[in-house]
Amino acid sequence: MSINGRAYIVGAYEHPTRKAPDKSVAQLHAECARGALADAGLTKDDIDGYICAGDAPGMGPINMLDYMNLKVRYFDSTDVGGSSYIAHVAHAAQAIAMGKASVVLITLSGRPRSEGVQTGTAMRPGNPQVPDAPWESHFGPTTANVYGMVAKRHMYQYGTTSEQLAWIKVAASHHAQWNEHAMLRNVVTVEDVINSPMVSDPLHRLDCCVISDGGGALIVTSPEIARSLKRPLVKVKGAGEAPKGQFGGNVDLTFSGGAWSGPVAFAEAGIRPSDIKYASIYDSFTITVLQQIEDMGFCERGQGGKFVSDGNLISGVGKLPFNTDGGGLCNNHPANRGGITKVIEAVRQLRGEAHPKVQVPNCDLALAHGTGGLLGSRHGSATLILERE
Amino acid sequence: MADHVIPAPAQNPESEPFYAAAKEGKFMIRRCTGCKKAHWYPRAVCPFCFGDTEWEQASGEGTIYSYSPMRRAGYTIAYITLKEGPTMLTNIVGDPDALSIGQAMKISWTAAADGTPMPTWAAA
Repeated sequence: MSINGRAYIVGAYEHPTRKAPDKSVAQLHAECARGALADAGLTKDDIDGYICAGDAPGMGPINMLDYMNLKVRYFDSTDVGGSSYIAHVAHAAQAIAMGKASVVLITLSGRPRSEGVQTGTAMRPGNPQVPDAPWESHFGPTTANVYGMVAKRHMYQYGTTSEQLAWIKVAASHHAQWNEHAMLRNVVTVEDVINSPMVSDPLHRLDCCVISDGGGALIVTSPEIARSLKRPLVKVKGAGEAPKGQFGGNVDLTFSGGAWSGPVAFAEAGIRPSDIKYASIYDSFTITVLQQIEDMGFCERGQGGKFVSDGNLISGVGKLPFNTDGGGLCNNHPANRGGITKVIEAVRQLRGEAHPKVQVPNCDLALAHGTGGLLGSRHGSATLILERE
Repeated sequence: MADHVIPAPAQNPESEPFYAAAKEGKFMIRRCTGCKKAHWYPRAVCPFCFGDTEWEQASGEGTIYSYSPMRRAGYTIAYITLKEGPTMLTNIVGDPDALSIGQAMKISWTAAADGTPMPTWAAA
């Protein structure tokens, strides 16, 4: 049993806003849902399944379903942070394959920019019943410094340099210049990145993603309904999900859960990493991209620094065009959760609807992969492989 | 670095004995009575075999596995690999520019905002 070929993404919508002080979070969710339905050519009454994660206000899917007044026969609210929405596509495909739903809506939205959230550097009070909190929260594992430890270890173990990490931001900026909605549209150089202020050693300000308001939505449906619509066919071909933690103290920062979710997704899709024409790789920080490229098998472990250098991630220049919307590093990281925008840009590429300056020619196989939670302590990874029919 | 104060720790019944021992200067870890493996962070149920675990006093010696100073915030987060095996997330006190991965460290208690002694580390 497999989801390969059992479901299609027919609607994908990224909210154009990057700052929305005048909108509620629920409103942003609904606007994204409306946008994805219009993209698919479906209506509100066609939806019979709904999936959201922790960014949705209220209890799981209940409050948002009531706000949008949706009557569904399937719901899910798996929350593994920013990668949730990549896993949601797989969960939607499973529900569709089992006949539990036929049109599944997935939404994400949030306003960390308007709310002044210091996403990367603020200490958060520990909830004493979260099992790691009595041992860690007071030590200030923010976000930037936990990813900083991953980068520091990668440099120590494999000789990776700040200049190599900077190439990831440089590539993202080359793509973002063509995206009219991107927060950061200026092309930057390796020097710009390594000369930007240090946030948490060895990660500089330009190694970090943006903080943006906004959101996105996806519509996943059955092969029969997908073929009845007028949109290019984007098939769900394979998926994997995996948690990674501290292994009871056997901490190993040299890989993420992607090392497990990736091979599962490739096996289900029946393809190899070298078959992928375009990759959306979660980019909360430059190190996140570098490590996940290794985990996905695009290069040998430890060789990520060399792989990402010299523009190898720039569309039209390198071997692995990535995050052609500018990614979280330059375009958008709505609700501090970049998973849904990873799927959306992969869908654009497969449809041939990316910006002409970054569109990958004959893009028939794409990957979307993400890490939710913290790369250096505990997280949930999700991989999705999509194919244009 | 002097401006940063570690907040009082969140507490639950699994952690309270650790901080009670800390007030006597003892750094405790837990070890399984079944598989005999030590782990971190301390748990009542062994993360390796689901057996029962018990407290033991640890050496307070370790080495840096990784670290990342946030100089503006005034503290350095780190993973320290204990002599007993497990690696713990913690803070390093002292000059972050003098640190390197693999360096020998020793436990160096730092008072939290409420006075609780916290297991931070310093160069050995």
